[in-house]
Amino acid sequence: MSEPATPGKASADADDEATDADATGRTDTEDETAERRREAATRAPGTGAGAVVAALEAAGVETAFGVQGGAIMPVYDALSASTVDHVTMAHEQGAVHAADAYGIVRGDPGVCLATSGPGATNLVTGIADASMDSDAMLALTGQVPSDMVGSDAFQETDTVGVTAPITKHNFFASDSDDVGRTVGEAFALAGTGRPGPTLVDLPKDVSFGQTDRPVGEPTPPKRSVPTPAADEEQVEAAADAIQRAERPLCLFGGGVIKGDATEEARAFAREFGIPVVTTMPGIGSFPEDDDLCLSWAGMHGTGYANMAITHTDCLIAVGTRFDDRLTGGVDTFAPEAEVVHVDIDPAEISKNVHADYPVIGDAATVIDQLDAAIGYGDAPDPEAWREQCAEWREEYPMDYAIDTDEPVRPEFVVEAFDAATDDDAYVTTGVGQHQMWAAQYWTFREPRTFVSSHGLGTMGYGLPAAIGARIAADDDRQVVSFEGDGSFLMTIQELSVAVREHLDITVVVLNNEYIGMVRQWQDAFFEGNHMASDYDWMPEFDTLAEAFGAKGFRIDDYDDVEDAVEAALAYDGPSVVDAHVDPEANVYPMVASGAANGLFALSEDQL
Amino acid sequence: MSGDDDRSDAAERAGDAGDPTPDGGSTHPAESPLAERARPADADAPTTGLSGPRPEERPHPTGRRDEHGVRKEPDQGPEPARRATVSALVEDEPGVLARAAGLFRRRQFNIESLTVGPTTVEGHSRITLVVEETEAGIDQAKKQLAKLTPVIAVGELSGDAVAAELVLLKVRGQEPDKVHAITSMYDGQTLDAGPRTITVQITGDENQIDDAIDAFDQFGIIEMARTGQTALERGDSPTTPGEEPGHSAADTDDDEFTNYDD
Ligand SMILES: Cc1ncc(C[n+]2csc(CCOP(=O)(O)OP(=O)(O)O)c2C)c(N)n1
Repeated sequence: MSEPATPGKASADADDEATDADATGRTDTEDETAERRREAATRAPGTGAGAVVAALEAAGVETAFGVQGGAIMPVYDALSASTVDHVTMAHEQGAVHAADAYGIVRGDPGVCLATSGPGATNLVTGIADASMDSDAMLALTGQVPSDMVGSDAFQETDTVGVTAPITKHNFFASDSDDVGRTVGEAFALAGTGRPGPTLVDLPKDVSFGQTDRPVGEPTPPKRSVPTPAADEEQVEAAADAIQRAERPLCLFGGGVIKGDATEEARAFAREFGIPVVTTMPGIGSFPEDDDLCLSWAGMHGTGYANMAITHTDCLIAVGTRFDDRLTGGVDTFAPEAEVVHVDIDPAEISKNVHADYPVIGDAATVIDQLDAAIGYGDAPDPEAWREQCAEWREEYPMDYAIDTDEPVRPEFVVEAFDAATDDDAYVTTGVGQHQMWAAQYWTFREPRTFVSSHGLGTMGYGLPAAIGARIAADDDRQVVSFEGDGSFLMTIQELSVAVREHLDITVVVLNNEYIGMVRQWQDAFFEGNHMASDYDWMPEFDTLAEAFGAKGFRIDDYDDVEDAVEAALAYDGPSVVDAHVDPEANVYPMVASGAANGLFALSEDQL
Repeated sequence: MSGDDDRSDAAERAGDAGDPTPDGGSTHPAESPLAERARPADADAPTTGLSGPRPEERPHPTGRRDEHGVRKEPDQGPEPARRATVSALVEDEPGVLARAAGLFRRRQFNIESLTVGPTTVEGHSRITLVVEETEAGIDQAKKQLAKLTPVIAVGELSGDAVAAELVLLKVRGQEPDKVHAITSMYDGQTLDAGPRTITVQITGDENQIDDAIDAFDQFGIIEMARTGQTALERGDSPTTPGEEPGHSAADTDDDEFTNYDD
């Protein structure tokens, strides 16, 4: 099995070769990097702000994203003398999404900074987004001086209170001597076990205060470090169930990717010939051009994935939280399946779907355990089931008609970009129909290449995520962002950052002059009443891109596609393709909210 | 079965069934099917949706799950709720109570009472929660609580755990003797007695408190404050799993507890 390494692993490989070139072109040997981190961990920081920065350096942070402001100024001042690069974003929402995507691509927590009050509240959407998708991220927010906290001072917000429900944990720094350790702990905690966003709120006096206490190595709180291996009895029981199954199905979620378990997951499915469906966050965990892969299941997943999940008798679910967009109504979800649920977070077990065989542990470790446990018995080869799945694939093709006299099909634009890019290109998206088409018609082969807002569904995610992904990724990997006209307009200001930083990204606006997903639902469920979904006042995105200093292209019909795709990808810098696509195009298949997966509609009259 | 069947359909329709020829010059050559694909598709390819058997033509399994995702027989009734007393040992840091309470509100657990106070270990507090939930709900509540970073351990108390609650009752003072009699009956204390009001304190388990309140009702209860349940496991069993016995100032050296398991 030739497995392309995950990015996280790739950088470890690079370390082995004793070179580690980061986005800034700095080239350090492994020893130099380790030495720099040790120095940061042991030096006298001088001030609380110095300790914050030392903690970031000790954690190996290379890039942080943020926006300046009064309460965070001491930290920025200390950052100016740091090895941490800072990318100034146009809006804090840009900073938090960029940090999120950076973290996804790197496999290490992304870092963002904001000032108190409005700076902090502008981070909220992105923190909630990271929380829903279990993305490792550290947010640092300025706070008014401690003695003014609680007085409704200028730019004061109870950031810890506001973000408590949307962070894995958050901290209020109260002491200059401890703040560095706290930041290290928050960073480490974000990436430990089930990843998630953490936040440290930094009152200005704590940042200004003198301290010479070294920050030390970043270490998570002891209780937060889960045991990687699962209980052997749980493993045996699950292995037994898998061996008994006639119609086993692997369901790989985002946890497979976050847990760097793609290699193990792929080997497992292939060894036993078990068909695979993924969740949307799990896209890339299994190559979508593999015979065993049925792509993703759920609301807009493929018909064959939804058929398979409906008829399996043993669902081997790894790293998924059984979101309602996946399950539809739980009453009809995989109704005949015994569920084996592998997750590192015990609270996910039987939260939404009862696990007949809970297996708690790290995905990679547990899959290896399962593999070994099954290896001793003789696993039946589910050949008939694979044939059934193949038949469903024939019966429910992902398909669309092309008429060159009609407006361009959005699916076609996605496929054109897919064909013209490398297999390991990164795709980021906004939220809406375009996101679904990107997920459906792009063939993902590698983990961490589909960078999207899943659980929260945040419009405006795509462009800042492309910026974060671009900065995190190796130079030779392409970054394409699919946007809807509505989504793009939500964070379009970040184009200025892409231009300033000369980032080679390609933004593809699937412009239907609607907030299309809403229009699709209005057509299906609100008698076509297009209340507030008709966006025929959209700017010319190609021209607007030029105003920002980016390169603009436009697609009006099929004849434009090839040239625009080639030119946009060839352009070295940010480019925007304003693709005017069929405004009436809809996303199918579609499982209506709360319906049975097997009842997916193939057209509007089936809803 | 070819893995990219679904992806190549359109290409095949458009007459691109053969192997695409790489054109060495382009940066993205090989499979780029643009020119060929921008042609009309088969007449029977759908224009407004996808092809395939309609929902009613597909096989559908008959099984069902209940609201907790448990597979069940079709006519099985809904899960009953029960009451559970949950104890959480937590780091005594600012906001920990707010986090626990926020968690319960956010996840809509049905919470009846919540008390918090210090333990014998400095820096640790104990939160005692009474919840009324289905079995699955109680399980979730415990797991979610255990997930909070400042939470050290979470346990559900057994049926014979010791539980107590305190209530302050302010009643009309017209019949002080009778009030006094009932107060003694419930082993209570009179905290304040004036010409118009008498305030008493009663402690006991929930049923005793309920009974006492009923008994005092005859005098007219003017005001009342109840603390909610607090509880400990009986005997040598630790209240939360793995909980180490703490040492209060009053501890003597011959403390026989080194470990609950001894
Ligand atoms: C911040 C935010 N606001 C509102 C929504 C609700 N919403 C979901 S999809 C959608 C339409 C998206 O329109 P567009 O970005 O143009 O993409 P399209 O569906 O047309 O491809 C809206 C408004 C959301 N997901 N996020």
